[in-house]
Amino acid sequence: MVLFFQLLIDGLASGAIYASLALALVLIFRATRIVNFGQGEMATLSAYCAWQLCEWGVPIALSLLIVGAASFLLGVLVFRAVIKPVSKASTETVVVVTLGLFVFFQALCLWLWGADQRAFPAMFPGGGWDILGVRVTASTLGILLVLLCLAATMGAIFRFTRLGLAMRASAYSSEKSLLVGIRVERMLMLGWGFAATTGFIAAALVGPRLFLSPTMMMPILLYALASATLGGWDSPLGALVGGLIVGVAESLGATFLPFIGADLRVVIPIAVTLVILLVRPVGLFGSSTVVKV
Amino acid sequence: MNILTVRDLSAGYGATDVLHKVNFTVEQGTIVALLGANGAGKTTILRALSGLLPSRGVVEFGGTDLRQCSPARRVELGLAHIPQGRGTFGDFSVEENLAAGAFTIRDKKQIAEDMERWYSVFPRLAERRRQQAGSLSGGEQQMLALARALMSRPKLLMCDEPSLGLAPAITEQIFEIFKSLNDEHGMTLLIVEQNADLTLQFAHTAYVMEAGDITVSGLASELLSNEAVQQSYLGV
Repeated sequence: MVLFFQLLIDGLASGAIYASLALALVLIFRATRIVNFGQGEMATLSAYCAWQLCEWGVPIALSLLIVGAASFLLGVLVFRAVIKPVSKASTETVVVVTLGLFVFFQALCLWLWGADQRAFPAMFPGGGWDILGVRVTASTLGILLVLLCLAATMGAIFRFTRLGLAMRASAYSSEKSLLVGIRVERMLMLGWGFAATTGFIAAALVGPRLFLSPTMMMPILLYALASATLGGWDSPLGALVGGLIVGVAESLGATFLPFIGADLRVVIPIAVTLVILLVRPVGLFGSSTVVKV
Repeated sequence: MNILTVRDLSAGYGATDVLHKVNFTVEQGTIVALLGANGAGKTTILRALSGLLPSRGVVEFGGTDLRQCSPARRVELGLAHIPQGRGTFGDFSVEENLAAGAFTIRDKKQIAEDMERWYSVFPRLAERRRQQAGSLSGGEQQMLALARALMSRPKLLMCDEPSLGLAPAITEQIFEIFKSLNDEHGMTLLIVEQNADLTLQFAHTAYVMEAGDITVSGLASELLSNEAVQQSYLGV
């Protein structure tokens, strides 16, 4: 039983990271109906920048703030320069373009910093607490707190601000939004900015747990795609819940299902995706606008 | 004085033009009906006017050339467009729809006042202010669409087929509201309709469209009594 709770807690911590990246994917998808396969690699670039600032002697907290803001600009820039020109193109075109973003940003990190792994500075103190035999580290608690703050901030912006209303309206219908005087394109641009910052948060959380490398976000992207599919592609709440479920399923499955084990744990998000697509294709919290192709 | 002057307006979808150099004016403080059969180009005119569709020609609204303006700017200038199928946000609450309608208004106090004002005109909406717009009945949704448009304090309200899918009694109620907006607030309205008989009873002037052009225009009362017009254009 102690083992179960230990795995549950650990799973929630990884799940929170998947949830952050899934949130970034969902933010973009509900506004522009685009799956940004480059989201993880954009986050990797941001994480490298944060690491580089730390190497140059900038305190970690400050460098995270700077790069968080810079990531926002990166998202805006990618939208203006890359996505807007193909916004009227077919889905296939846009998929290839975002796959191109994936390749581009991964190659950029490799070119600038090489393939060697770097140690990302820790954001949370080392220690932890034993609660009835279950070890809760400060880093686990910190990750969950960050996710909670992120979710609360997002929720509050969407629910209570004029900007959030405009972003939700733009996601619902660009034509109806134009007719009430919302500058829809600007909202989409801001959406890409928010998503890039959210993706960076995911990368900054995962950085200290792994090492920094140009491919570090690839598995996370896979888990995030599964989380978004599980939660529903047009639901930010779904992305959060989906991420946590995938994290816990991974952690429990790798230990309690002997035929999976630690080596095959990547099967779990794929299995989750498969099952949800068979059972409820819109996801747990998605609305029922599924197009058959 | 004309609040809207349209000269040689052409617009369409893709390579084909639906409108062929249309000319018409809307006088300030009147109700103008734009009538015609399905596919005549009525909706295309409204979409070109609100900037949802690129167009050629001159569109002057209150002294401004609208073609230089983004759709959002046109709303700020006082042009409101209720599209066919209502234009409400189905998964927003009634109150959020009204808040979205007031997006171009910066003054929070004014927004709150306007909201209460339209709630008193549409008590059904006040009762359902926390309810999702998508769950309202057709008539309630049309009222919400109307209130949503009024929240932007328009100078010219354009409404595309308000009677579509509504029971006759509710349609009549909507037109009574149009009339009172015009009587009490001097609001200018441009109403696109297929229901010619009812619309002509409320309108001051009317235009009849046929195949992308305006073929008949005149006072609504004249069109209503002109049997030749009735038979050939309005299918009565």
